[in-house]
Amino acid sequence: MKKVFAIEEFCLACHLCEYNCAFSHSGMKDMVKAYKSGFQPARIQVEESGEINFALNCRHCSDPVCMKACITGSISRGEDGVIRVDTNKCVGCWTCVMTCPYGAVVRGRGDRKVALKCDLCTESGNTPACVEGCPNRALVFEERGDD
Amino acid sequence: MGINYIQPGFIVLRDQNRCIRCRVCERQCSNEVHRYDEDDNIMLADESGCVDCQRCVSLCPTHALAITENPNHLRQNANWSNQLIYENYRQAESGGMLLSAMGNPLPFPVYWDKILLNASQVTNPSIDPLREPMETRVSLGSKPKRLEIENGILKTKLPVNLQLNVPIMFSAMSYGSISKNAHESLARAATELGTYYNTGEGGLHEDFYKYGSNTIVQVASGRFGVHSGYLMAGSAIEIKMGQGAKPGIGGHLPSGKVKEDVSRTRMIPMGSDAISPAPHHDIYSIEDLRQLVYSLKEATRYTKPVFVKIAAVHNVAAIASGIARSGADVIVIDGFRGGTGAAPTRIRDNVGIPIELALAAVDQRLRDEGIRNDVSVVVAGSIRCASDAVKAIALGADACYIGTAALLALGCHLCRDCHSGKCNWGIATQRPELVKRLNPEIGYKRLVNLVSAWDHEIKEMMGGMGINAIDSLRGNRLMLRGVGINEKELQILGIKHAGE
Amino acid sequence: MNYVVIGNSAAAVGCVEGIRKVDATGAITLISDESHRAYSRPLISYWLSGKVDDERMYYRNEDFYEKNHVKTLLGVRVTALDAAAKTVTLSDGTVLPYDSLMVATGSRPFVPPIAGVQDCPQAVTFLDWDSARRLKGMVNKKSRVVVLGAGLIGLKVTEGLAGHVAGITVVEMAAHLMPSVLDDDSAAMLQRHIEKNGVSFIYEDPAAKVSGNLLTLGSGRELAFDVLVLAAGVRPNVELVRDAGGTVNRGIIVNSFMQTSLPDVYAAGDCVEAMDVVSGARKIMALLPNAYMQGEAAGKTMAGAPEGFEKSMPMNAIGFFGMPLCTAGDYDGEAYVKIEEDSFKKLFFKDDRLVGYILISDVDRAGIYTALIREKVDLKGVDLELLRQRPQLMLFSNKADRKRIVAGGSITQ
Repeated sequence: MKKVFAIEEFCLACHLCEYNCAFSHSGMKDMVKAYKSGFQPARIQVEESGEINFALNCRHCSDPVCMKACITGSISRGEDGVIRVDTNKCVGCWTCVMTCPYGAVVRGRGDRKVALKCDLCTESGNTPACVEGCPNRALVFEERGDD
Repeated sequence: MGINYIQPGFIVLRDQNRCIRCRVCERQCSNEVHRYDEDDNIMLADESGCVDCQRCVSLCPTHALAITENPNHLRQNANWSNQLIYENYRQAESGGMLLSAMGNPLPFPVYWDKILLNASQVTNPSIDPLREPMETRVSLGSKPKRLEIENGILKTKLPVNLQLNVPIMFSAMSYGSISKNAHESLARAATELGTYYNTGEGGLHEDFYKYGSNTIVQVASGRFGVHSGYLMAGSAIEIKMGQGAKPGIGGHLPSGKVKEDVSRTRMIPMGSDAISPAPHHDIYSIEDLRQLVYSLKEATRYTKPVFVKIAAVHNVAAIASGIARSGADVIVIDGFRGGTGAAPTRIRDNVGIPIELALAAVDQRLRDEGIRNDVSVVVAGSIRCASDAVKAIALGADACYIGTAALLALGCHLCRDCHSGKCNWGIATQRPELVKRLNPEIGYKRLVNLVSAWDHEIKEMMGGMGINAIDSLRGNRLMLRGVGINEKELQILGIKHAGE
Repeated sequence: MNYVVIGNSAAAVGCVEGIRKVDATGAITLISDESHRAYSRPLISYWLSGKVDDERMYYRNEDFYEKNHVKTLLGVRVTALDAAAKTVTLSDGTVLPYDSLMVATGSRPFVPPIAGVQDCPQAVTFLDWDSARRLKGMVNKKSRVVVLGAGLIGLKVTEGLAGHVAGITVVEMAAHLMPSVLDDDSAAMLQRHIEKNGVSFIYEDPAAKVSGNLLTLGSGRELAFDVLVLAAGVRPNVELVRDAGGTVNRGIIVNSFMQTSLPDVYAAGDCVEAMDVVSGARKIMALLPNAYMQGEAAGKTMAGAPEGFEKSMPMNAIGFFGMPLCTAGDYDGEAYVKIEEDSFKKLFFKDDRLVGYILISDVDRAGIYTALIREKVDLKGVDLELLRQRPQLMLFSNKADRKRIVAGGSITQ
């Protein structure tokens, strides 16, 4: 399946992917408005250290430990291979946060203390917002057929 | 801290209502203009480092930013501009020469904007390039005076020529003055376009030998990075005698830009200043130049055309005549508006002559002397668009070099701060965290797009004139008319005034 | 193939899903003494507090059994296992044959031997949905609640009841709360937080006697209660296997394929002793993630695609009154400690490996630490300073390793 991959040689650590992710999942049409109504944490995170930077989100593993570990059964894999959290069911116990080896599940804030993770923007039907908004093509959405 | 004589040139206008504190401006500004104040959750700015490169504006996801000129003005004075006064303040402080980058920004006449093109009406039908073949290929180099054919077989040995699919090449910009990613973008674009890029005088990075069949290698007064493998690597060799942005002086790559890769490519110690002398110390005459031309030809077994590049200066026609007789295959003339990574401001802004006049004079002189076909003429120094290129070819050029326009395609915003080495667009810098901002994958494609777009426009303009091959446009000054210029200028340009 | 699964929680569901990954058609019969369809045991405290309603209790969708072609026998106990005859006997007298059997019988509450507790109608345990339902029916705004045991269950029931009762006192034999999960520093931080919610703790004073509404502690101290919750631990349900001649220690002994010593009898979840990948010792690691993964691996093996599972380890992601904490592995070796006002981090290193951690409040990306422990990553190849700062993949300073991992490769070198 197509996934989001980072190319660290071109990642600028501008963090725009995080903001585009948060905006895209806010359900709002305007980024400023979305920010003012309180962004939830992005489902992609930039790691930076000196000259090395890269962004990382869910790998949609073939053997997803988060899904197996979930105590409520709220993490499932869709027919499209995308691993999603049913946020109505999630109680925010963070077992997925404790078990994801990529640190790719994030904790919702405020009144949405539920697990949030990359859904490849499948709800919008567009190319993932992080990839779309990356100014230096350091994120690509492609099939690598390695799983 | 004493009196602050020098005020920031620009100010940051931030719409706090639109700002989402994403801090991308802060992260992207190598001049450290923006900063986040945690206490008040607000973005602040200190514009003293701002060069108006527009990086922050371009990356701001909510369009909350604008950079504008500082409205603060010294008292208006038609003689003493604000700029001049500040420059004097700066020199009073530093005691040094002023440095600048990119091309001459002063309001000298741009003759391209005073020349208009012809179009066919009624009698000589125009050609639709979308329906009919249109030739913009060019071959650069010496052409034989006559062809001998025996029994249908060509007997004349043809001189080596460069074949260009488009009459546009990328002009010399050294690895050092621009980044490796910029060079890679140029090299890959030249390869895809079927044209050439030029190493400049910084040598050829080992990773780019593979693009050799679309590379022109330069030999300049510093002889940086020149060795036999280098000479053989390219498709042509360019001897740089002068540069339009700084005629009469050499070059200086500050030690800070001479990092490991640059040092290896230039064959100089790491962290040393790379100083190109003003003259070639072995060239004091056309005869000396001829020696170098033939040394290079000898070294490459006569397989590479040799270019000689000069700045457009007062006696350019006579100089060009000498170069044509030195054995060079291509003369490159670089006008006074050409760009540079760094030049003394006074030199950049006051030395040299416009490329339009230089080109017209050179072409005419070579024709008059009957040696025009011994050489090709390439012009550089602010060819800004397809119509500039068409006008240049009609004035007599075989092809054009573009430098600034190519950098614009790579993201340059003409802030003219290249000499700081802190280019926020990853072009004129060697800082790894900045270099990576230019992804060659994106860069080369944008260059290909730009030149392809120009090529379409060139064909469209040619078709309008009823011309279907660029060879029929070259030197075809009947296609040009001057507007708003005087008799002398018309005479030098060799064109009639509009209405004539 | 005729599969029989005893149990209906995480290990059993894992087993069914494991079987179905390999064998789409074999008959599966699932037997459970609870009459509910599969629900999440860890959610009973959320249900008690009202944060989770009945509908959200279920571990799988309503069509789970149908989709997986599972025949369910709910509300029935398995009373005997005959490994030689390959049959199980049910409480209604039915004898069911099997080709392959999964024993996922879980555990039951341990009722401490306190004088009078057996006869105390207000003394209840808290382990399954029915017990939660019973407890909910007993408490009201005026109830004084005493919880015996400050382990996971004791504190979760405390959280579930807080705000719904008049007051809660937790009595713990050990010196601090969650003695098997936290060290004293982290326990102290958590205690301070829980105390802010109207809960008080009594340590090192074991319950001695219950009479009427009065609990007497070893020190002689007396506590009046309306409800007494017994949360003094659990005991694994090993009897079926033990009585059939299978090898049993505290839990049922299994190998890495989750096979018991009885042929074609598998066991998984809270009733087994598995190898702890960190300490190398056999342990009961009664945690839902382990249960599911053991069950799934067993299911695949039962269906003929043997898959060992050797990654069981102690780990807990849990939160109390909005304060999250994650722990994993062993608290053995050299510790890196960073304790702040409201956050806590201890990392334990041994032989160039991360072997355990305790995190309170900032648990973001803890899974990276967990993976380092689980995969026994040799830390000689990583940037330790980055590792200490926060969980991040940047710590892999070897570019090839880092790029492979970031692209989705496993966290190994």
